[in-house]
Amino acid sequence: MKFLENLVIKKIRPNFIEGGKFENFYSAYDALETFMFTPDYTTRTGAHIRDAIDLKRTMMMVILAMLPCLLFGMWNIGHFHYLSLGEASEFWPNMFYGMLHVLPIVVVSYAAGLGVEFIVAVKNKHAVQEGFLVSGMLIPLIMPANIPLWMVALATIFAVVIGKEVFGGTGMNILNVALTARAFIFFAYPTKISGEIWINEAGSVDGYSGATALGDLALTVGKAQNLPEVTGIMEKFGPDGMYSMSNSIIGMIPGSIGETSVIAILLGAAFLLFTGIGSWRIMGSMFVGGLTMAWLFNLADANAFMSLPPLHQLMVGGFMFGMVFMATDPVTAAQTNTGKLIYGFFCGVFGIMIRVFNPAYPEGVMLGILFMNVMAPLIDHYVIEANIKKRAKRLKLQTA
Amino acid sequence: MSNKVIHLPRLINRYNQMAGSIRIKKGKDIKMVGSSEKTIIPYSSPDVVAVKPTDFVGIKPKMLLKEGAEVKAGTPLFHEKQNDKILFSSPVSGEVTEIVRGAKRKILEVRILADKETRFEEYGAADPKSLTKEQVTDKMLKAGVWPLLRQRPFSTVADPFGVPRDIYISGFDSAPLGPELDFLIKGQEKEFQAGIDALSRLTKGKVHLATSSQHNGHSVYSGVQGVEKTEFSGPHPSGNVSVQVHHTKALNKGEVIWYTYPQEVIIIGRLFLTGKYDARRRIALNGSMVEKPSYHEVIGGTSLKGILKGNLKEGHRRVISGNVLTGAKVSEEGFLGAFDTQVCVIPEGDHHKFLLTDGWLSPGLKRFSMSRSYPSWLMPGKKYDLDTNLNGEIRSFVVTGQLEQVFPFEIYPMQLIKSVMANDIDKMESMGIYEVDAEDFALCEVACTSKIDIQKVIRDGMESLRMELA
Repeated sequence: MKFLENLVIKKIRPNFIEGGKFENFYSAYDALETFMFTPDYTTRTGAHIRDAIDLKRTMMMVILAMLPCLLFGMWNIGHFHYLSLGEASEFWPNMFYGMLHVLPIVVVSYAAGLGVEFIVAVKNKHAVQEGFLVSGMLIPLIMPANIPLWMVALATIFAVVIGKEVFGGTGMNILNVALTARAFIFFAYPTKISGEIWINEAGSVDGYSGATALGDLALTVGKAQNLPEVTGIMEKFGPDGMYSMSNSIIGMIPGSIGETSVIAILLGAAFLLFTGIGSWRIMGSMFVGGLTMAWLFNLADANAFMSLPPLHQLMVGGFMFGMVFMATDPVTAAQTNTGKLIYGFFCGVFGIMIRVFNPAYPEGVMLGILFMNVMAPLIDHYVIEANIKKRAKRLKLQTA
Repeated sequence: MSNKVIHLPRLINRYNQMAGSIRIKKGKDIKMVGSSEKTIIPYSSPDVVAVKPTDFVGIKPKMLLKEGAEVKAGTPLFHEKQNDKILFSSPVSGEVTEIVRGAKRKILEVRILADKETRFEEYGAADPKSLTKEQVTDKMLKAGVWPLLRQRPFSTVADPFGVPRDIYISGFDSAPLGPELDFLIKGQEKEFQAGIDALSRLTKGKVHLATSSQHNGHSVYSGVQGVEKTEFSGPHPSGNVSVQVHHTKALNKGEVIWYTYPQEVIIIGRLFLTGKYDARRRIALNGSMVEKPSYHEVIGGTSLKGILKGNLKEGHRRVISGNVLTGAKVSEEGFLGAFDTQVCVIPEGDHHKFLLTDGWLSPGLKRFSMSRSYPSWLMPGKKYDLDTNLNGEIRSFVVTGQLEQVFPFEIYPMQLIKSVMANDIDKMESMGIYEVDAEDFALCEVACTSKIDIQKVIRDGMESLRMELA
C-alpha cells in the first residue's frame, strides 16, 4: 500500500492544500483521502491513545446491517413483479429484476445527498462528515420500488438541506434525515406512497392486487366489520392469506424496498446489537410500546384494523424497520439511557396509534418516529432535571 | 410467605458497603504491552532537576531566588503570588541554573544543577501526634511540601486556611500500565504512617484511604492506623479520587475535600520523621518502546535523560510523564511532572493507515476498541501495542451512550460536556461539575467516536468557572 500512499499523499495532495491548483476543493479531496487512509493525525492534548472506532467505521457497520434488507428487497420486488404478470417467480430472475429497480434508486440517493454534502463542505471549507453514508442507504430502503428517480433526488436534496444542513450538518439535526425524505414525498406526492405498489403496472394480470397489507387495511377504516369487502381483506391476514403471520415475517408481502422481511431486519438488528452500535433500549422499548398500543386497540376492537392481533400488527408495514434503523438514529433519538427507554416506548405507541387512527395514510410509524424526534430533547431535559433535583436534594440534606 | 421481594444484587451491594468494599462497574482497564518488571533500579543523583509551577493548577509563582543562587534540598524557590505562605522548595541541593520563561514571561521551569551529595535544610523532626493543626500546617508550608496536598473542586493546591470536609488518599493506580503501589511503598510503611498521622491533624473529618487488591494496592496498607479504609474493585477509573469520593460520600456544592497520593504521604512523613524535605519517589518506566521496563527510584522533577538513555527502542516515539490517559507529553530530555509516578513511552502514530489493512475498514484484530465494532473485543485478555494516532477525524457528537459506559458517576457526561462547551455555568454546577475533574473524563475521551478533546474542554471549563468564582 506504500505505492498508493505515495501517489495520493505525495503526488495528488499538493494540488489541494493551500497554494495548490485546487485549494478550494480541499474538503472534497480530504473526504476521499480520509476514506482511503485513516489520517496521520496524532493526539495533542489529553489522552495519548484513542479508540480505533471512528464515525466512518460506525456508519459502515450500520450499512452492513442494512444489507440483508437490501438484498431481500431486491428479491421481493422481482417476486411480486413476476407474480403480478402471472409468471413463475424464480430466484435469479427475481434478484436481477429487483437489482435493476433498486440500484438506480441507491445511486440517485447517494449522488444527490453526497452532492449536497460536498457542495456545502467545499463552500464552508469544513470536512465532509459521514452521516449521509447511512441516510443514503436508508432512503432507498423506505421507498416503494416504483418511485420515480427524480422524486428520490428531490426528496433527498430536500432532506439533506432542510432536514440537516440548515441546522448545522451531521450531529445537529432534529429530524431523522431519511424519514424527512420520505415525509417530503408523503406530503408532496401522496399518491406515490399510498401502499399500492403493483396495482397500476402495465401488463399486470386482471384482479391481481399488489397493495401492501396496510394499504388494504386502510380501506377498511370507517366500514363495519361484517361487510363482505372488509371480511375479504381481513381474510388475507388469516393463516392462508397473503398477509399471514408467516408471510409477514418472511417478507412474502409487498412493501417498501427494505421493510418487508422481518427476518432480514432482525438479522440487521442482531448485527447492530452485537457490535453495540444500535441501542437495545430503543429497540426493546419501541417493540414493547408498539405491542402495548396494538394490544389496547385489539381489546377495544372498534374496527377491523384494530382487530388485527397485536404481534401481527407489528410484523406488517414499516414498524420493524423503523424500530431497528430509524428510531435508533443516535442524533435524533433521546440521548440519555432513561430517555431512550421513554422515547422508544412512545415511538411504538404513536407509530401504531397514527397507523390505526389515520385513514388517509396507511403507515404511521414514520410520523410516530418523527414526532418523537421532536420530543426527544424534552424527554432528555426532564431526565437530566431529575438528576439535578437529586443532587440538590442531597445538598439540602447535607446543610439541614 | 412474606410478600416482600428480596432484591439480591442490592442486598449484596449493601453488605459489601458495610464491609467497607465498593465495586465500580463502569469503566475499562486498557491492557497494554510493556509493563514494568518488578525490580527497582536504585537512586543515582540526577544532573538536573526542574520544578514546574505549571504542574500546580492556579499557581502564579513569584521567585524568591535568582539564577546562580545556591540551594539545599528544601530551600524555597518561589511562592504563590496571592499567598506568600505557600512555598515551593528545591528537591535537591545545587545551583539554580536557569529560569525558563514562556509567553508574557510566565515561569515554566526552574532548573537546578544537582550536587553529587545532597545537602538538606533542617526543619527538625517532630511527632505529628503531639502537634496542633496549625503546627503541622506551618511545618509543611515552611518545608515546601504543602503543595503536595491538593483540593477538590478544581485540583488546586490546598488552601492552608481552609477546612476540608475529609482528606482522601487513593492507595492504588488503576490506569493503563499503572505502577503497583504495593511494590512501590514496600519498606516505607513507617514514613507512610507518619504522613497519615500528620494529615489526620489537618481535618475534623476522616482520612480516607482507598485500597484495591485487584489493582495491587492493598497488602502494604494492612498495618496502617488512623484511616478509614475502603476497598475498591472494578476497572479504571476506580483509582481516581473523584470516583472514590463520589462512591463514599459525594461532594456537594460548597464543600471542599483535600487529596493526595501515597508517595506524597511518604514525603510528608519523612519531613516529620527526619526534619528533611526528601523528595525521592519511585516511578514505573514502561510502554512498548522501552527496552527494559522497570521501576526506578528518582527525585521529584528529575531529568528523564538519565533513565531513558540507552533504554529506548528505535522508531518515532512519544515520552509521556504520567500515564497514557492523563500524562503530559515531554521531550526525551524533559523532566518528570510533580505528581507523576510513571513514565510511559509509546510509538507515535503519525502515519497513514490504509483503510483495508489497518485503517477504519480493516478486520482489526490488533485494533483496540471499547466499542464492539472491532472483533478484538472477543479477546478480553489481549494486550495492545497502542500508538498515538487519533484513529479518525474530529467530528460532531453523533454517537450516544458511549461515554456513560466508562463514567462511573451519577452524572450525565455528554450533557455536562455540552454545558461546558456552551459555557453555561448554572448548568455546569447543577449537573455536578464540582464532583469531577478532567482526569475522570480520560476514558470518555478515549472512547469518543467523534475524537473530541474532552479533557481539554473540561479543564478549560473548570478554569473559567474557577475564575468566575474567584
